[in-house]
Amino acid sequence: MKIVVENIEKKFRYHSVLKDVNFELQSPGSLVITGSNGSGKTTLVKILCGLLSPTKGKVRLIKNGNEIPAAEQRFHFGLVGPYLQLYKDLTAWENLLFFAKVRGTQPDIDRLKNLIESVGLKGREHEELKNYSSGMLQRVKYLTAIYHEPEILVLDEPTSNLDEAGKNFVRQTIAAQSEKGMVIIATNEPEEVALGKQRVEIA
Amino acid sequence: MASSVLRLLKQSLIVFRKDFQLEFRTRYALNAIALFAVTTLTVISFSIGPTRLNSTVLAPLLWIVLFFSAISGLAHVFVREEEQQTADTLRLVVPPTAVLLGKWFFNVALLIGLEIIVLPLFFIMMNARVESLDILLAVVFFGGLALASVATIIAAIIAISGSRGALFAVLSFPIALPVLLSAIHSTQLALEGAAFIDCLDDLRVLFSFNVVIVTTAIMVFEFVWRK
Repeated sequence: MKIVVENIEKKFRYHSVLKDVNFELQSPGSLVITGSNGSGKTTLVKILCGLLSPTKGKVRLIKNGNEIPAAEQRFHFGLVGPYLQLYKDLTAWENLLFFAKVRGTQPDIDRLKNLIESVGLKGREHEELKNYSSGMLQRVKYLTAIYHEPEILVLDEPTSNLDEAGKNFVRQTIAAQSEKGMVIIATNEPEEVALGKQRVEIA
Repeated sequence: MASSVLRLLKQSLIVFRKDFQLEFRTRYALNAIALFAVTTLTVISFSIGPTRLNSTVLAPLLWIVLFFSAISGLAHVFVREEEQQTADTLRLVVPPTAVLLGKWFFNVALLIGLEIIVLPLFFIMMNARVESLDILLAVVFFGGLALASVATIIAAIIAISGSRGALFAVLSFPIALPVLLSAIHSTQLALEGAAFIDCLDDLRVLFSFNVVIVTTAIMVFEFVWRK
């Protein structure tokens, strides 16, 4: 699998956020997107995942020499970002089951239990998310993003709201993903910047 | 082809089940709809007292109650996704058509539930009799389906705008007007004891309207849903 970003430009009315962004990432691999606040890191992440359309340019996903149609690209991503919320009136378990089923994967109960245990939420999985702290919510977001084993994992501010144990889980997840697929991280934290082998800086 | 349609239907049902689960837990839409329906019926009932209204007044009254009750709750299915910032999460994992169908199934279920509550209450409180029950059931079914279809696509459009409440009513009314006119006419026939064949033209209008609005919604939804 390869992701090719070609001449991406994004304008919001008359305000230009991204201009001429180009890069390529091959699986297995990892890439970090850096840039000052307001430089357009999140906008670029949303464009990569198909949540926003670019004003100009193209994101291409190539698998075994074939280009994946634009409408289907987003299903190859797992995304964790502060703007991506889960259903807070449902429990963590219900959220995980919903996202697993709707993505067409058969929920494996034992694997789900193991994942919940690995992020330290065992015993709390049947509580509604509205009772969770922001750190606990962030952990559930990770589970929903990785359960279907995406080829590309995109993390926007990956360790925000997490304690040391949560950060360790993120580091392990990034390490595992960059061996079997791709990881794209949008961040400014020096510790997180070091996690990517390639780097793209946007002005 | 068949397997992709089946997959789409399966995903729609998963979205429907999730919305049903959320609604069952929060009861936002259910409370809004039920409260509006019961309040309106009570006010009308007290205003008219023991007077028996004729079918020319009763039929529009019934559809006014159903239409505005629907308006008060059916937009919620999309507005909730935007307000709670779960719309992007849904965009990432579910194809647009499956989202639309799932929300449509939910609104149809909600409207049928509303009709089950409102119809008996209406006829008891208005002290009215239905002469042709078959016509009434058919018109309420097809009319309800059409209202749910209109409400679902308009809700998707207004959910991303700022002034949601006002826009929903303003946009829904002109689009739902043919539904309301046909449904009111058939309901009048049902109250007057007409034969089923007399309402076939109205039912055809309602059925065709459903086909047109659902097809159009499926065609345009992807552009509405994507940012």
